[in-house]
Amino acid sequence: MSVVTGYNFAYLDEQTKRMIRRALLKAVAVPGYQVPFGSREMPLPYGWGTGGIQVTASVIGPDDVLKVIDQGADDTTNAVSIRRFFARVAGVATTERTPEATLIQTRHRIPETPLRAGQILVYQVPIPEPLRWVEPRETETRKMHALIEYGVMHVKLYEDITRHGRIATSYDYPVLVNDRYVMAPSPIPKFDNPKMHRMPALQLFGAGREKRLYAVPPYTKVESLDFEDHPFEVQRWDDVCALCGAADSYLDEVIVDDRGGRMYVCSDSDYCRERREAGHLGPGGPAGLEAAE
Amino acid sequence: MTVDTAKPLLRAEGVSKFFGRQVGCREVSFDLHPGEVLGIVGESGSGKTTLLNCLSAQLEPTSGRVLYDTRVEGLQDVYRMSEASRRLLIRTDWGIVRQNPRDGLRMGVSAGANVGERLMAVGARHYGHIRAEATDWLARVEIDPERVDDPPATFSGGMQQRVQLARNLVTRPRLVFMDEPTGGLDVSVQARLLDLLRGLVTDLGLSAVVVTHDLAVTRLLAHRLVVMKGGAVVETGLTDQVLDDPQHPYSQLLVSSILQP
Amino acid sequence: MYVAVKGGEKAIENAHRLLAEDRRGDPSVPEVTLDQISEQLSLAVDRVMTEGALYDRGLAALAVKQARGDLIEAIFLLRAYRTTLPRLAVTEPVDTAAMHIHRRISATFKDLPGGQVLGPTFDYTHRLLDFDLADPGNAPPGAPSAEPRGDPVPHVTGVLGHGGLIEREAADDPDAAVPDLTREPLAFPADRPARLQNLARGDEGFLLALGYSTQRGFGSTHPFIGEIRMGEVAVEIVPEDLGFAVEVGDLLLTECETVNQSKGPRTEAPKFTRGYGLAFGYAERKAMAMALVDRALRCRDLGEEPKAPAQDEEFVLSHADNVEASGFVQHIKLPHYVDFQGELDLIRRLRAERDAEVAQ
Repeated sequence: MSVVTGYNFAYLDEQTKRMIRRALLKAVAVPGYQVPFGSREMPLPYGWGTGGIQVTASVIGPDDVLKVIDQGADDTTNAVSIRRFFARVAGVATTERTPEATLIQTRHRIPETPLRAGQILVYQVPIPEPLRWVEPRETETRKMHALIEYGVMHVKLYEDITRHGRIATSYDYPVLVNDRYVMAPSPIPKFDNPKMHRMPALQLFGAGREKRLYAVPPYTKVESLDFEDHPFEVQRWDDVCALCGAADSYLDEVIVDDRGGRMYVCSDSDYCRERREAGHLGPGGPAGLEAAE
Repeated sequence: MTVDTAKPLLRAEGVSKFFGRQVGCREVSFDLHPGEVLGIVGESGSGKTTLLNCLSAQLEPTSGRVLYDTRVEGLQDVYRMSEASRRLLIRTDWGIVRQNPRDGLRMGVSAGANVGERLMAVGARHYGHIRAEATDWLARVEIDPERVDDPPATFSGGMQQRVQLARNLVTRPRLVFMDEPTGGLDVSVQARLLDLLRGLVTDLGLSAVVVTHDLAVTRLLAHRLVVMKGGAVVETGLTDQVLDDPQHPYSQLLVSSILQP
Repeated sequence: MYVAVKGGEKAIENAHRLLAEDRRGDPSVPEVTLDQISEQLSLAVDRVMTEGALYDRGLAALAVKQARGDLIEAIFLLRAYRTTLPRLAVTEPVDTAAMHIHRRISATFKDLPGGQVLGPTFDYTHRLLDFDLADPGNAPPGAPSAEPRGDPVPHVTGVLGHGGLIEREAADDPDAAVPDLTREPLAFPADRPARLQNLARGDEGFLLALGYSTQRGFGSTHPFIGEIRMGEVAVEIVPEDLGFAVEVGDLLLTECETVNQSKGPRTEAPKFTRGYGLAFGYAERKAMAMALVDRALRCRDLGEEPKAPAQDEEFVLSHADNVEASGFVQHIKLPHYVDFQGELDLIRRLRAERDAEVAQ
């Protein structure tokens, strides 16, 4: 793909990048704290990952290898669109392979392949404020964070248990970072929450429309909120991936006919491919595999 | 527990509040001692709710001070202390019971969650224990423990008001502010609630500031009365004294118009 | 059988080509030119310049064309372009009292210095479809040729100010830098310069509805239109090496100042208060709605209790920007397979548990 001319490397001007990097340093220094920043108007719509794009643009260098996923997959349209954007404005190498990437921008998933030290995971965040559902006012939520007034977060969990016998939050499940700030992990499934805990990679979060950045430095404690007698638990499936047979990955349900027929496949398309390349085969058999290729 | 009755729990010093050109309350001063219940009476528009809001750290006065005897640092101006301390005070050492239970409760979540909220706010993290303590407090305000999982929206007005009481008392506050706690309730329900309130105040050694237009409420609950008119205090004294022998013409009018045996 | 979402890149390229074709429409119809848009759809261009926060008729016309007439999309295009532009200088405040007037009306005084100038308004047209316009080539009857009045046109609020009848309007600190919401995030509580900037960029429809709500009792501000003026003003900058102001161009602006009843704080004599609206081009509805909302948002400063939506600073300022709103409302059409899977799993699990309970 041709690199466009007339724009600075990675689109943003160097001053803006510096401003964002300063905000990121602050975010890393205060894990889980939402740092306001002068979010720029990007050529992609708000809600399409403008925060993540600005973070990526500010930390990416010519030697970086970029991977972009949406819903765990590299080939969903928005992931394609963002990868094209950086290929055009930064001319960097891109990859679909998690271990090869130095920088991974994601929407709604953490890759199944464990990340290593030196990698950076950039999350796109729609609503950075975990307290927003209990309190719509920014002035109030900032106070609640400052004063560690988080009791009301447990009211919702309490009510879930009372009503449903279990905590009924399945994604964007709030976490407590470094024993201090309650943080929205972005709308990843709670299945991914444990991966955040003491992750060797640096985790950066960008919310463009809400103009907030936050971070979880490598090896930081990240706990999902729960009760002692109702501990946090993740989703489990009775099925395995029809293509690669994985029993340990987050599965997407695919409807195969109009009579309720369905099969499950890995949401992380790279992980699934890697397993198949290593010779794993799911119950869908070679036919299922063929259809997927 | 020994209490130093000479030392006030709450002190108002020349509290005034103006809204634009309008007087909310003017130059109100008094001391409230531990274990004491103070009634603030007057007709609507007399400034009693404004005064209550000023006293309970909800509305900063235009001038004057509100001092509270904090557990650690003694008498402190509630509007000068840090916001963190003030908010902690409000959700632990104080209770605020609103006239309309809708303003003081989360109507959409269960009674148990309503009562347990303050416990969770101070760090309780065991669902079973929180629910058990909430159930216990609901029983103390005479609500069937079977209803612990029902939302207050399904309760009668009198029950809602009692849930609100339990929600406030669960952290064992020392001071409770109440705005027309029996307003909007049937007479028989009022009587039951007043009876309950009186019992709780005595059992728990609570201090309270109760705003009401109903002198019968003050007769039952309050040790002392403050009579307000046009934002100013026109008379103060022991409840029986004020009700049986009002001095100010406005108090006389108030008493004669309401308290006909 | 399973169909993976492959070939996203190709699909996107094809979508772009389809879009380009639809934009052009029937190729037998002549293509619209930027001049035509700028000259004949000038109010659309004005709105795009105002909410796009960039005064450039040519670029705004291009954005309108590229967006196929979708003005919010055009505003988005202009904003995304604007954000890359270098900041060369900060202008001096424009002097609207020295405006070259095209229109100037006051609803508070029948006659006043500078006079009432009706100008090119829709106000007294009868809204009857003019079928003559359906056929090109019908020349307009010809505008009256009146020389603009040369006399100064002082602001009505200035006239009232002489008697102390209206609040004085002065910056808390005249030397303080004006905030730039495109560089610094909005913080609450916001000061008035930040609020006005937000409202100026805000969606006209949103402000119109909020302004309307104040007139229907949701935060009454009792406004009178002190005046509305529309015309050109000079833009000046002070180059560092010169040290004095030089004119660099003209802007067409619409300005609205309201005079509002207010009793004010008890400690002061009663006086009128103000609301202010300003827009690029000829955008009277926007400027008026903005002035109403500006005044409503000043409630706290003026000792009024905020009760209505239009008085709620966080509510108004957080939701006024149509580029933000449009993006976020529409982003829910992006894939949410993963989150939905989580919900699906949860609902199935809860139902299974319930069924098990019922069976017992």
